[in-house]
Amino acid sequence: MTNRPDTNLDPRKAVGTTGHDWDGIEELNTPLPRWWLWTFYATILWALAYWVVYPAIPLATSFTKGMFGWTSREQVVQDLDGLKTLRGPMTAKIEAASLQDIAKTPELLSFARAQGAAAFAVNCSPCHGAGAQGFKGYPNLNDDDWLWGGSLDAIHTTLQHGIRWDADKDTRASMMPAFGRDGILKPNEISAVADYVRTLSALPVEKDADLKLGQKVFTENCAACHGEKGEGIQDVGAPKLNDKVWLYGPEKVTIMERITLGGGGQMPAWSQRLDSPTIKSLAVYVHTLGGGQ
Amino acid sequence: MSVTSSFDPHLDEPEAPLYAARKKIYPQGVSGIFRRTKTVLLIITLSIYYFLPFIRWDRGPNAPNQAILIDIPHRRAYFFFIEIWPQEVYYLTGLLILAAMALFLMNAMAGRVWCGYLCPQTVWTDLFLAVERLIEGDRRTRINRDAEPMNIEKFSYKLLKHALWLLIAWWTGGVWVLYFADAPTLVRDLIWFEAGPVAYISIMTLTFTTYVFAGLMREQVCLYMCPWPRIQAAMTDEYALNVTYRVDRGEPRMSFKKATQARLVGEPAGDCIDCQQCVAVCPTGVDIRHGADLGCIQCGLCIDACDEVMEKIGRPTRLIAYDTEVNIKRRKDGLQEIFRPIRPRTVLYIAIIIAVSVVMLYALLTRAPFTVSVIHDRNPIFVKLSDGHIRNAYTVRIANMLPTERLFTLEVDGLHDAHVEIIGGEPLIKGRPSISVGPDQTREMRVTVRAIDEDEDEPAHLEFIIRDEVDGTTAVARDYFRTPHSVH
Ligand code: SF4
Ligand code: SF4
Repeated sequence: MTNRPDTNLDPRKAVGTTGHDWDGIEELNTPLPRWWLWTFYATILWALAYWVVYPAIPLATSFTKGMFGWTSREQVVQDLDGLKTLRGPMTAKIEAASLQDIAKTPELLSFARAQGAAAFAVNCSPCHGAGAQGFKGYPNLNDDDWLWGGSLDAIHTTLQHGIRWDADKDTRASMMPAFGRDGILKPNEISAVADYVRTLSALPVEKDADLKLGQKVFTENCAACHGEKGEGIQDVGAPKLNDKVWLYGPEKVTIMERITLGGGGQMPAWSQRLDSPTIKSLAVYVHTLGGGQ
Repeated sequence: MSVTSSFDPHLDEPEAPLYAARKKIYPQGVSGIFRRTKTVLLIITLSIYYFLPFIRWDRGPNAPNQAILIDIPHRRAYFFFIEIWPQEVYYLTGLLILAAMALFLMNAMAGRVWCGYLCPQTVWTDLFLAVERLIEGDRRTRINRDAEPMNIEKFSYKLLKHALWLLIAWWTGGVWVLYFADAPTLVRDLIWFEAGPVAYISIMTLTFTTYVFAGLMREQVCLYMCPWPRIQAAMTDEYALNVTYRVDRGEPRMSFKKATQARLVGEPAGDCIDCQQCVAVCPTGVDIRHGADLGCIQCGLCIDACDEVMEKIGRPTRLIAYDTEVNIKRRKDGLQEIFRPIRPRTVLYIAIIIAVSVVMLYALLTRAPFTVSVIHDRNPIFVKLSDGHIRNAYTVRIANMLPTERLFTLEVDGLHDAHVEIIGGEPLIKGRPSISVGPDQTREMRVTVRAIDEDEDEPAHLEFIIRDEVDGTTAVARDYFRTPHSVH
């Protein structure tokens, strides 16, 4: 400032400069305020105390444990226990209520759906997909086509005891014979019955398809489980063959493959791994995906 | 020993200290228009702060009746007739823009009005200084007493002062927490030690910061911690009014006696008699006669002090005054003073303030009493049903922002023969699925829409219409209905 009247207070004279000069621009050597220094010392003390109180220094095979033996793992366990306590009352209500009551009570329903979704993501999504959309051979749980029944109770039973899961004696066990591999049907019979199965849901077939033979083979071998018109029988887990949903696919070769090999998918009996409120929540969750009956 | 070959120009200078102790400031009491203004503003702002939480505002049975309340557990903020949900924090953005623009506008008009009169740091420091003056006496007394060695009398004055400071600080912290819970209830809980630990920790923290900032650190907060002085210095211009020493009138400064003699013989004499009163009253220890200063919070107290002196010696007042750089120059050149309150920047600030206020007001007035949002299931995007129909599933979330439970129906527009279902929903009303949402709550539900597979390449556009069946108001959210052909 040109009109600065008191040159004694020129800051360059008052505090001096560092002696650095860049094109006439000088750097003032203003000392830091003293409280800043004390704050700095305080942070050093804080750091030292932290070293002593918390685990800090790595040793050859372990580390210093700190004064109170705090560990992050312990912290997680505590957090989890806290959550369990927090959910306790709702979990007890889920335990006490029937599946139908849960589905009818908005409060229980939203809790069960949230818990079910979490359990599903961990336990079920590897086979059924993150959105329960299913894969070839693993049923889509969103649609209205159910192998073993889509009521709350049926889903719950399936979850508890699994499918073809030998460790559980109440498991859903029935299985389709390997018609081709075991020589029960001849190749031309398999081809004919595959064509016939396609006609059940009005899918087109080759002109030279032997539907007569196909129908005969179907009535003699398949109808017992899949029903006269291919309408499926849930008691034995035999899929509907006259609808638009296919577990493995509607192509003729895929159908022939299934007839040749027989068998069926497997699912663990979850009552051996999950507690009963979780299984109930899972049943409700799957039921509310859209296909529940 | 060899002789040092290079010449160091600083060798003979004494080493400058790395850390400087604070020079204690003893602001002197003063009276005048700016002091009175500051006192009035202090009373107004502190009363607002201390009593606002106790003002009641009736919002009906299911909502709190506190005029200003930030309800963190329930994630609501209330401000008289306004209720803000977390998704509406953009109101806060608007408020912050308004605050910044108001600050800039003040600065363009009259410098650091905020710093000098309204900033909490200034207001509380002023209050703490008043207490100090009341207990320990004015500047001279305080300086003399601080020079004495510690004795019983000095100790009791200091003890009393710090006790009063701590009391004010504690009261300040105590009021802070009242903005976050029902004030009368919390006051009772606090007294009976039944309030939550967060309340006590907050009070303790704020007691500590108030005591330290307003009692011990004072001007150091403005000098070292606050960013505004730096920004302000960069944003001001030569037309902004600032507390200024009118150097054109004051210099050459000399004693009153010398000045009288000089004037008699027609020699130049400034009006400043170098009595140092302006420095003595300054709460930040600034000598305003050196020109604009980072430390000057523009409180105007030096104007009051100097005016008193000028009256005594019979010279015109306002040797220190709110003035602009342009006018100092123009007076020197013998030109007329000019004032230009209307400048591009002030117009711009006002325009932004008006624009943001209008937008916020519009948003407030048209605020929907309930909102709906829809998220399409990502996985699976669609489901083929056994009869060949396609079904899409959505998560629909209704936020009922009124304090009464309400019954809504859902209608989906944009598809032929769509079948809509709310999972866990309530009975149909006029053929539409219904759902009730509690007072001031959100409810999330799963909605499925089923339709024939129409073989279209483009997904159908859906409108989810939520209707309050009582008053007929609606809220709409849009999404798509996707089929195997329309998944891109
Ligand atoms: S110089 Fe004057 S206006 Fe600036 S802070 Fe000091 S007393 Fe207030
Ligand atoms: S109070 Fe006025 S007369 Fe006294 S020193 Fe300050 S500017 Fe000069």
